[in-house]
Amino acid sequence: MLKYIVKRLLLLIPVLFGISLFVFLVLHLFTADPAAMMLGQHATAEQVAALREELGFNKPLYVQFGIFLSQIVQGDFGRSLMTRAPVTDELLTRFPATVELAVAAMLIATVVGVTIGVISAVKQYSIFDYLSMVGALLGVSMPIFWLGLMLIILFSVTLGWLPVSGRIAVGMEPTAITHFYLLDSLLTGNWEAFKSALSHLILPAVALASYSMAIIARMTRSTMLEVIRQDYIRTARSKGLAESVVVFKHALRNALIPVTTVIGLQMGSLLGGAVLTETVFSWPGIGSFIVNAILAGDFPVVQGGVIMVATIFVVVNLIVDILYAYLDPRIKYS
Amino acid sequence: MTQTLLQVKDLKTHFFLEDGVVPAVDGVSFHLNRGETLAVVGESGSGKSITATSIMRLIPNPPGRIVGGEILFNGEDLLKKTEKEMRAIRGNRISMIFQEPMTSLNPVFRVGHQIAESLMVHQGLNKQEALEKSIEMLRLTGIPSPEKRAHDFPHQMSGGMRQRVMIAMALCCRPELLIADEPTTALDVTIQAQILDLMLELKEQLGTAIIMITHDLAVVAEVADRAVVMYCGKLVEEAPVLELFDNPLHPYTRGLLKSIPHINDNQERLYMIEGMVPALTNLPPGCSFAPRCPEARPRCHVERPSLKEVSPGRRVSCWLHEGGVR
Ligand SMILES: Nc1ncnc2c1ncn2[C@@H]1O[C@H](COP(=O)(O)OP(=O)(O)OP(=O)(O)O)[C@@H](O)[C@H]1O
Ligand SMILES: [Mg+2]
Repeated sequence: MLKYIVKRLLLLIPVLFGISLFVFLVLHLFTADPAAMMLGQHATAEQVAALREELGFNKPLYVQFGIFLSQIVQGDFGRSLMTRAPVTDELLTRFPATVELAVAAMLIATVVGVTIGVISAVKQYSIFDYLSMVGALLGVSMPIFWLGLMLIILFSVTLGWLPVSGRIAVGMEPTAITHFYLLDSLLTGNWEAFKSALSHLILPAVALASYSMAIIARMTRSTMLEVIRQDYIRTARSKGLAESVVVFKHALRNALIPVTTVIGLQMGSLLGGAVLTETVFSWPGIGSFIVNAILAGDFPVVQGGVIMVATIFVVVNLIVDILYAYLDPRIKYS
Repeated sequence: MTQTLLQVKDLKTHFFLEDGVVPAVDGVSFHLNRGETLAVVGESGSGKSITATSIMRLIPNPPGRIVGGEILFNGEDLLKKTEKEMRAIRGNRISMIFQEPMTSLNPVFRVGHQIAESLMVHQGLNKQEALEKSIEMLRLTGIPSPEKRAHDFPHQMSGGMRQRVMIAMALCCRPELLIADEPTTALDVTIQAQILDLMLELKEQLGTAIIMITHDLAVVAEVADRAVVMYCGKLVEEAPVLELFDNPLHPYTRGLLKSIPHINDNQERLYMIEGMVPALTNLPPGCSFAPRCPEARPRCHVERPSLKEVSPGRRVSCWLHEGGVR
């Protein structure tokens, strides 16, 4: 198992190399003059030439890529054109916000999705089953930004229960330990900050979770229906086990194997969704930062952001694969 | 304590499907004494498994439901028990082994744990005690180095080994009744004999009564005291095994017996009962076997015979035997 993990970690190197190459090529091949594009239409020829020189765009492509690679290996993505601060610092300060949002959404999607799926399967063709499957259909067909706006209009504007945007009320930030506000406020016992952070988190997390939740609920339902019919479930019942043990231990434990794959895949769409959600809710994370960078032509930030998000995606997939091996003893990794 | 352990009276289990009602078990009556082995034989689809599953009260509902009859276990009607009372009986006083050892064990749990679960539920043992006892049971079923094998997952075992695990699981609480639904059908011939021997040996040791479901009459001759023959959801004949083989009364039983392969047989092909089993939703008005029966008379096609005692311990449902044994 350890050998497998090491092997998978080594495999990350070519994958990340490929991603870097792709990001680099998109910038340099598909834009005629990156320097001019970065500066916008009001820049003078001298300014463009100066920037070209600064960023090394005069050198041959392979040399540029070599420099680019050696820099990102050291965690250096250059400086943001908007803020002039190092891209790495900019991304890292926004990273916890995105992780907090994504983890919250994933938890909601998994816990609620699996629960709904199990109940729907056990009570197949009941009212609950029908309602939740209609809900799941809505969940997969509603665009995130639309759902986000609707949630804001209903819960923030009309009912006034929850804040419209942001991550926490201004000035309420808890003492930074992990940089995750919910965790930090709990660790420091800062109850007010916790309440504020939670109230800001709920709507974007729900909006972001909705699609994955629907997919997970459907997948759980169909695999549970499949598993419930298996011979070993009959065996479990014939042993005199309580129905709850049969469903939640014997059946769900097997159904979770394919569901885990789906959850892993959902992490990908969740990262994509995070960009939209952060923009709608003005959530100060990587996603909204990248969107702003794209609009402003801030290429170093776009490059760094894309590589960072891709890295997260690949690592998350690795974790899911390892979890998979733990759940299914029949899988042998070597 | 009475002699009779189980008495099934006029059991009816029907499946309610969109295109009609399937009377999978339709008025089946038989009994079983303590420590006795009763064979239930019949072709595929005759309702053997459904009879067994009805005794366990594990019929999938919907679409199936027990619509009538009584199942007296130690004189108490299982059909009147609550689900909770049934759970205390399943795996404890009545156990069941299934045909498919390859799929009957849960793939994600270690086999020792799967046996231990039963012991924890029914005997209140803690995890450690239950695991020790399940290793003991595995040893009893002849699995080599059981303390190691208990930590195996099902996929690490052969079919024969898994069936031994199923037997250990079924017998760990020393049930009074073991229902074995074609326990050897899916196994190699040599393994089949070993598993049958094991069951008989453990039955002697533990005093368990067995209902052995099979469509293999060779198995019946080897293990059972009495046999009942099922056809289309009904009993057609009941007899002590020796008498059944010496003097089968129902033409269907004769057909089944003729189709057993013999070692010193020069027959080119195995005998097969002619015709097809009729659809349960569309049974003929008379005897269900009449369309395939070589001895059918006009009456057989219009009037349904009932199970009648023809001599002590022998019952048959056939117009040929209305006036007693010919
Ligand atoms: N889930 C079900 N839904 C509908 N009909 C069923 C179902 N299970 C069984 N039946 C019906 O009950 C009949 C008897 O089935 P059963 O499994 O008892 O046969 P069997 O004698 O055990 O046959 P085999 O030797 O193939 O195991 C079948 O022919 C089928 O029509
Ligand atoms: Mg069967």
